[in-house]
Amino acid sequence: MTQHTNAALAETPKVTALRPVTIALAGNPNSGKTTTFNALTGARQHVGNYPGVTVEKKEGSTMLDGERVHVVDLPGTYSLTAYSVEELAARNFLVDERPDVVVDVLDAGTLERSLYLAVQFMEMGVPLVLALNMMDEVRKRNMSIDSCLLGKLLGVPVVETIAKAGKGKEALLSTAMMLSAERRGAWKPLEISYSPDLDEAIAEMVQLIEKDRFLVDQVPARWLAVKFLEQDDEVRNMARKVGPTADRLQTIADRVAEHCARTLKTHPESIIADYRYGYIASVMKQGVLTRDDSRDRIELSDRVDKVVTHALFGPLLMLGVLYFMFDLTFTVGEIPMGWLETFFGWLGDAATAAIPPGLFQSLVVSGIIDGVGGVIGFVPLIVMMFLILSFLDDLGYVARMAYMLDRVFKIFGLHGSSVMPFIISGGIPGGCAVPGVMAARTLRSPKERLATILVAPFMSCGAKIPVFLLLTAAFFPNIAGQLMFAITLTAWAVALIVARLLRSTVVSGPATPFIMELPPYRIPTLRGVLIHTWERAWMYIRKAGTVILAISILLWACMTFPSLPQDRLSVFETEHAAVEASIDAASEADRPALEDQLVQLEDREAQAALRYSVAGRIGTALESVTKVAGFDWRTNIALVGGFAAKEVIVSTLGTAYSLGDVDPEDSQPLSARLAADPGFSAAAALALIVFTMIYAPCMVTVAAIGKEAGWSWAAFSVIFNTVLGFSAATLTYHVARSFLG
Amino acid sequence: MSSTIGLRQLDVNKPARIEAVGGQGELGRRIREMGLIPGTEIMVIGRAPLRDPVALRVRDFTLTLRNNEADFITVAPID
Repeated sequence: MTQHTNAALAETPKVTALRPVTIALAGNPNSGKTTTFNALTGARQHVGNYPGVTVEKKEGSTMLDGERVHVVDLPGTYSLTAYSVEELAARNFLVDERPDVVVDVLDAGTLERSLYLAVQFMEMGVPLVLALNMMDEVRKRNMSIDSCLLGKLLGVPVVETIAKAGKGKEALLSTAMMLSAERRGAWKPLEISYSPDLDEAIAEMVQLIEKDRFLVDQVPARWLAVKFLEQDDEVRNMARKVGPTADRLQTIADRVAEHCARTLKTHPESIIADYRYGYIASVMKQGVLTRDDSRDRIELSDRVDKVVTHALFGPLLMLGVLYFMFDLTFTVGEIPMGWLETFFGWLGDAATAAIPPGLFQSLVVSGIIDGVGGVIGFVPLIVMMFLILSFLDDLGYVARMAYMLDRVFKIFGLHGSSVMPFIISGGIPGGCAVPGVMAARTLRSPKERLATILVAPFMSCGAKIPVFLLLTAAFFPNIAGQLMFAITLTAWAVALIVARLLRSTVVSGPATPFIMELPPYRIPTLRGVLIHTWERAWMYIRKAGTVILAISILLWACMTFPSLPQDRLSVFETEHAAVEASIDAASEADRPALEDQLVQLEDREAQAALRYSVAGRIGTALESVTKVAGFDWRTNIALVGGFAAKEVIVSTLGTAYSLGDVDPEDSQPLSARLAADPGFSAAAALALIVFTMIYAPCMVTVAAIGKEAGWSWAAFSVIFNTVLGFSAATLTYHVARSFLG
Repeated sequence: MSSTIGLRQLDVNKPARIEAVGGQGELGRRIREMGLIPGTEIMVIGRAPLRDPVALRVRDFTLTLRNNEADFITVAPID
């Protein structure tokens, strides 16, 4: 930057041509905030996180009259207290980043409640524009809102919008830009009365704050005083670090609280909330809202709910919806999955043909293409699952499911909203814990959310199913179906019981209130559903390209190095040459038998090489421990490989049982081989099923947990689940052995 | 003014007016920020299949609340 521009900056602080205007979008959940954001920014979006918290931060930009405008989507909240990470993230953004304008998106149909958040913005004094969204619904409900009058009474520009149709977006933008130019970043706090008692205290506190110039550069004095009265821990702790004025403010706040408790039997924070609503009511009474008292659209929604959440019909319908969701995911998702499989198969063949045989070929084909291909292969399923989930969520049905199931989940220290992460993870067999863990974002209660994330990977995901199928077919062919059902139920039981356990130990804390809006049913927009789905799928693909690629290569190396020493290799080579020679010499009739012999020889070599590798040595070394659960070195290698992706368990068992490549979809010969192995008993099979269900989540899930809950929790889930899984497997092994003999 | 009862005792589809809201801290604030404050008219419009939580009609929208959370709210039925 040159000296000249520095001088220019000094002359006109805040607004310069160099820095694009920043608009922060705020609003209640379900207010159409995200739709507004999508309408404003289109595809020019970037998803990140707010500093220090796992709250999603969406940013985008748009152009107005040749000028770039930066738009930030704040988390959806009902208030600006310090109780949830979303509220804190929103508030800190306003204080720290000082956006030029805040656009508060209001569901015009719930105007009074929506204004509660708007009033809090006005108390802060940020330059504010109200977007009265969903005006079409308001008209349909025979209500009318005088938005001009509303704007005049509040002293805030108001723009009517219908975000899903893109209506009002130009007016909204230009109003915001006008306000930004007019205010130049200045905050003008609104002063409302909070009862004579509190007003007196606030005046005293403001005087003190201004005298000491305490934090006046950061937040308005009056706002700071109100936060002290509201006993806002975040603000109080921040203030205490800055100076002793905080203690004097606290003394005044305590005195008022004590006075309120004694004379009015209430708390300052309740009084403040009541007066905020009182202020809103006084505005509404002046003719802002008129309604025809005939039955409206919400009543329609209520009538639908009479059926959809009916005591008997509601749960049945829910089961039907879930069944349909999975049926559709798998029948439709299978088609592109097949294409991807073919593509990666072709890619593998092409690489095999193009690269000369040897370590490099093995790295590219077995390490990179198979590893990444196995994960990318799940993308179509994830896309389908999220398409349906976004649809159900935007429709309003997910909220109803949470409502119906909350009573059950509450017993286990979870929340009704835990249902979707569970189901996606494989609550109905065949899901995937990666999107399941990501779906836990919809939970607004931090403790319940963490517990949900930690236990969702116990569900029977699509990659564990082949393992279960293999073992049930091998050892319990007569009751395979019943056993699969029992496995599904056991997974649910384990998840719920462990959740209860976690919630009373490492994730303890009171239940978060289930005060949740049941939004009226709305037909989702295709655009909204597509954008939502794409975001999730892209997150998954990006992970496959980075974390998974690295770990695939690592695992490949573990299963390849060190290679067999020369003397053992030459034994195989000699034998190989001998068999080939006899094939050449043999008659047509004898050839198939000899060729079989050759395949078996190659399988034996692969087995020997695997046992000699690092993975084989780990498997052998672990045998002394794992034999208490009935696992031998071959199972151990498979389970170590299963950490990369559970589908690896079946293919590695295949190699270890010297069957060459085993197709996880068709494991008949392997199951026969397992059943015939004297070292592998039915009890060991049950123990392996239990272990596979519980032990460390696959690395993709671990990466997802790390991102959503932090890396220490990811490490916790790896260690805790493995220990728990091993204990449960050992118990199963010994109990089963005494019954099955 | 008719007698007041806890919100848990309120019958389905019976309009009532909130008399008092207890609860401090997060619970109390969550209740209030949704507009459940003294003077507000509400109506229980349904209960979940296991009788808990309840669905509540407030102003222009519907919200859900667990029974033990409803215990903090005292209402007076409107005849």
